[in-house]
Amino acid sequence: MSAAKGSNEILAREASGAAPASKVRLKVEQATYTYSVTDRAGPGFSLGPVSFEAHPHQLVSILGPNASGKSTLLKLLAGLSKPLSGRVEVDGIEVSTLDPRARAQQIALVQQESELLFPLRVWEYVLQGRYPHGRSLRFESERDCLMAGNALAQVGADALRDRWMDQLSGGEKQRVILARALAQEPLLLLLDEPTQHLDIGGKVELLQRLRRLADETRHTVLVVTHELDLAAEFSDCIVLLHKGKCLRVGTPAQVYEREMLEEVFETPLEVNIRSGGRPRVLSR
Amino acid sequence: MRPLTPRRVVGMCMALLFILFVVVVISLRMGAVPISVRDIVTTLFKSAVGRQDEVSSEFALVVFGLRLPRIALGILVGAALATAGASFQALLRNPLADPYVLGVSSGAALGAIVSLIVAPFTPGAIQVAAFAGAAVTIAAVYFLGRRGGQLDSATLLLAGIVSASFLSAVIMFLMTTLSGRDLRGMAFWLMGDLSSAPRVDLRWLYLLLIIAVGSIYTTSSDLNLILTGEQEARHLGVNVNRVKLVVYVSASILTGLAVSVSGAIGYVGLLVPHVMRMLFGTDHRLLIPASAIGGAIIVVAADLLARTIVAPTELPVGAMTAIAGAPVFIYLMRRRVR
Repeated sequence: MSAAKGSNEILAREASGAAPASKVRLKVEQATYTYSVTDRAGPGFSLGPVSFEAHPHQLVSILGPNASGKSTLLKLLAGLSKPLSGRVEVDGIEVSTLDPRARAQQIALVQQESELLFPLRVWEYVLQGRYPHGRSLRFESERDCLMAGNALAQVGADALRDRWMDQLSGGEKQRVILARALAQEPLLLLLDEPTQHLDIGGKVELLQRLRRLADETRHTVLVVTHELDLAAEFSDCIVLLHKGKCLRVGTPAQVYEREMLEEVFETPLEVNIRSGGRPRVLSR
Repeated sequence: MRPLTPRRVVGMCMALLFILFVVVVISLRMGAVPISVRDIVTTLFKSAVGRQDEVSSEFALVVFGLRLPRIALGILVGAALATAGASFQALLRNPLADPYVLGVSSGAALGAIVSLIVAPFTPGAIQVAAFAGAAVTIAAVYFLGRRGGQLDSATLLLAGIVSASFLSAVIMFLMTTLSGRDLRGMAFWLMGDLSSAPRVDLRWLYLLLIIAVGSIYTTSSDLNLILTGEQEARHLGVNVNRVKLVVYVSASILTGLAVSVSGAIGYVGLLVPHVMRMLFGTDHRLLIPASAIGGAIIVVAADLLARTIVAPTELPVGAMTAIAGAPVFIYLMRRRVR
């Protein structure tokens, strides 16, 4: 009874924390970055300047071919690298000035998971997402368990909670990784090529889920992807990168211009506008 | 969903402490002069309440002069090595990491020998030098174990094994050319032995043990996240550089203090954390204290076997831990390769 009451309270707080859509959640202002010539990640590569804004309840896709600067931009957004010039702000605070724990309370980054050294249960893995909300040496509270449970429910992975991480399928694992990020209660949810190892059904399901998350919760979702069609279908805003330059920022219909996409992706394409106003891209 | 609670940590540690107590009592009992459990308990009780005069001098000599200091040394060394092993395994993301396998124990032994040559009468110099030897070795192995900017599991182990072999050769060279000095035997430094009493007050070493294990314990939630990958831990808000510094320094102190009093006892840091993981899971908030107590149990028990199995001859305790540890190492390595 009391657990149910606690759950309702937290969900109510969660709902009341939802920011108005007009508020600027993420502001990227003339951000640039250059790797040194000795850097292994991208010797001599330069990004930017990049400028765009994202609001609560928005799903933004960062599009571009390989070596266009998507991962570098993601690092700047996640606060893992400091822009050489310009600013990246979340809710008005410059990301690179935040300490790691404060940053993890605001920004969750979902990457391809690395190999686990020792076996972990799904719920143990998702509870790790609560780390930023406590002191360094801490034991999980009832609220932490509740938030982890909610996160699992949000991605439809409730039934997986007692399974071992290394026994999950690709799609199940992706959902659990997403649940850990949601357990962080971030304002900004960043996903680095989340559809990479999924089949077409899994890709659509994941993007639908992210769309719902953006619509129904306080998260602003940013996805780095190659998937032109899925990005057009589900995104509010597209940031198109090519060779380190930000070519265009806008709605899918504004950004999907055939000549430009052909030049960027170096392949003949056909762009149709469907009845809902969203573009569809076909290879010719 | 049943997360770890402080109560469970305390409960498990109390259970392990009880096992340690039983092993200590058995260890006090057995030896050239057998003493009954009743006599041990009476002797300990009378000493504890300040009635030493009523304890027979023979018992007092055997219990307090010989067996108890050796057991205390075993507890110290076991706790230090097992904690160092558990934290190295997490930080290096390698289940085969262990101060002995990585050559850190050999580095500490070399540091200790050099200090005995250079400053034989300076109090505490041996511990400081052993710590420095351990710290330099782990730093070298860490950098040698990297490939393409990433820590590579196999390269790290090879770097450790090669370092251990190189440092052992230097130790042998020093022992051979500088024989006659008070450097203890070669077997002591290369295999480990608890038979010689340390020159420094054990209380200081225990204080150092508590500080170093405590420091590592403060990073145990961080180590849980680092197990899933350094990058992921950073994303979740872990200050990875701070954790690395705390754990490397503390684990080097632990290895240094163990090796300075007992030589290079092998495989305790490998064996014990794996047994504790099988029993209690991978959470470092329980694994670190459990490994410390488990290490104490294993070394005291191994020393008991070492001094009784072929009595009156004594084996080095490191021979006992290697007999148990080497097969476990091979098992873990093969499981990982598959």
